[in-house]
Amino acid sequence: MILPPRIRVRGRMAGQRINRAPSPVLAVGLVWLSIALGSILSTILVITSAPLMPPLGFLTYLAWRQLRPGLLPMWAGLPLGVVDDLYSGQPFGSAVLLWSITAIVLDIVETRFPWRDFATEWLVAAAMTATYAVACLSLANLDSASTPLLTIVPQIIASILVYPLVCRLVALIDRLRLVPIMELD
Amino acid sequence: MAPPANRRSGHSRRAQYSSFFGYLAGVLGALVGIVLLILSIRNPDLFSEPRAVASAAVEPAGVASSRTREAGRDVFSVVEGYVLAGIRYDKLSRELALTRAQLAETQAIKAENRRLKRLLGITETELKPIAVTRLIASTAASSRRFATVAVGRNQGIANGMPVRSQLGLVGRVLQAGPGNSRVLLITDTQSLVPVRRARDDVAAFAQGRGDGTLVVRLISLGINPLRKGDVFVTSGAGGLYRTGIPVAVVTSLTADGARARVLSDPAATDYVIVEPISARPAPESSAAPVPAPSPEAAAP
Repeated sequence: MILPPRIRVRGRMAGQRINRAPSPVLAVGLVWLSIALGSILSTILVITSAPLMPPLGFLTYLAWRQLRPGLLPMWAGLPLGVVDDLYSGQPFGSAVLLWSITAIVLDIVETRFPWRDFATEWLVAAAMTATYAVACLSLANLDSASTPLLTIVPQIIASILVYPLVCRLVALIDRLRLVPIMELD
Repeated sequence: MAPPANRRSGHSRRAQYSSFFGYLAGVLGALVGIVLLILSIRNPDLFSEPRAVASAAVEPAGVASSRTREAGRDVFSVVEGYVLAGIRYDKLSRELALTRAQLAETQAIKAENRRLKRLLGITETELKPIAVTRLIASTAASSRRFATVAVGRNQGIANGMPVRSQLGLVGRVLQAGPGNSRVLLITDTQSLVPVRRARDDVAAFAQGRGDGTLVVRLISLGINPLRKGDVFVTSGAGGLYRTGIPVAVVTSLTADGARARVLSDPAATDYVIVEPISARPAPESSAAPVPAPSPEAAAP
């Protein structure tokens, strides 16, 4: 499903939409790249002594799955989770497991509630983010940590509040990735 | 939003199969995750090399981000400085007068200390820092508290080396990679630092809580002698940290100790110093991830 992008291109590219198609590398690559960048960004943006940063990689992954269901394959949690695990500091494999489960759960939610508006999606995302944070904490505690549950409450609130912004960004990338730049013969 | 039409498989056998295999791949991904988790919990060092490579890949971004943070802090402090200049000047000049007197006193004590040590025949071993570097990343989204520093084995960093800033102890090197190292911050729940009260020798352990504070647990039970505002420094027990690095200040009291705030907040730290492992007693406990909290090992 490729929608005509409504982004306005200025300069040399202006008006040159006929006989052009989006680059397939960009159309698929930007999705994966943005999620991996989200994972990396949440580690290098700030140095904190408490878990305050929203898990940007997970939020971006969630936003792509909700905005374009079926664009990411069901197994996308495996490679993207590996990238997240390399940076997140969680025991290795926790993102692989949780992101894969997220894909399945989101798919079930989607078939159960086919008609959704953004409020519904935000609600679903909020529930999933909170569950994800608690699951991450439990997995880290399973691996020799003993962090109390209250520590992650600020992070959960921040994640829920920042989610609409992540969705806007994802929507912007979604329009960018479909800009027709390849000339057809 | 309308449901996308292409997700109904209908009677097409091919579409049904692809939907089925999609789910299968998702479940397989989860299973791979479980296997990886078991492997990493069994052997925490298993994935340290890939992690070091991954951190090296984004190191330039980390350094740039660290510089930006520094600049941002400068901007804020300039603005804050304009607003608070008068009050602060007044306060600082009063403090300066006090500090001058205390400094003279300290110098006298230092000189006396040197003289007494010479008398006792203790040779002063100066610990030269191994590297001065930046914190380039931290696990800000995880409940574990790790940070990454931009030096590694190639610069002479080894596992277990203490990392400190000008203000106090930050953590210790957990996994030294080739060009960068992972640091376990003292606020992580797995970190256990043997400490003592700065003004006397009340020995305790400072364990992280994961939220930027520490729990100070006294070793000798009895009446809690701690007061709000007490400063704790490393006691040097276990041989991991050298003595006298400031660690935390008590903010509230509990039944068997206190809650303390870390003196060297990594969020406000520009540069950190990696020091060699203190060569004092019990080398076997420095290899263990957590020094065993045994009272006899921690007695000063």
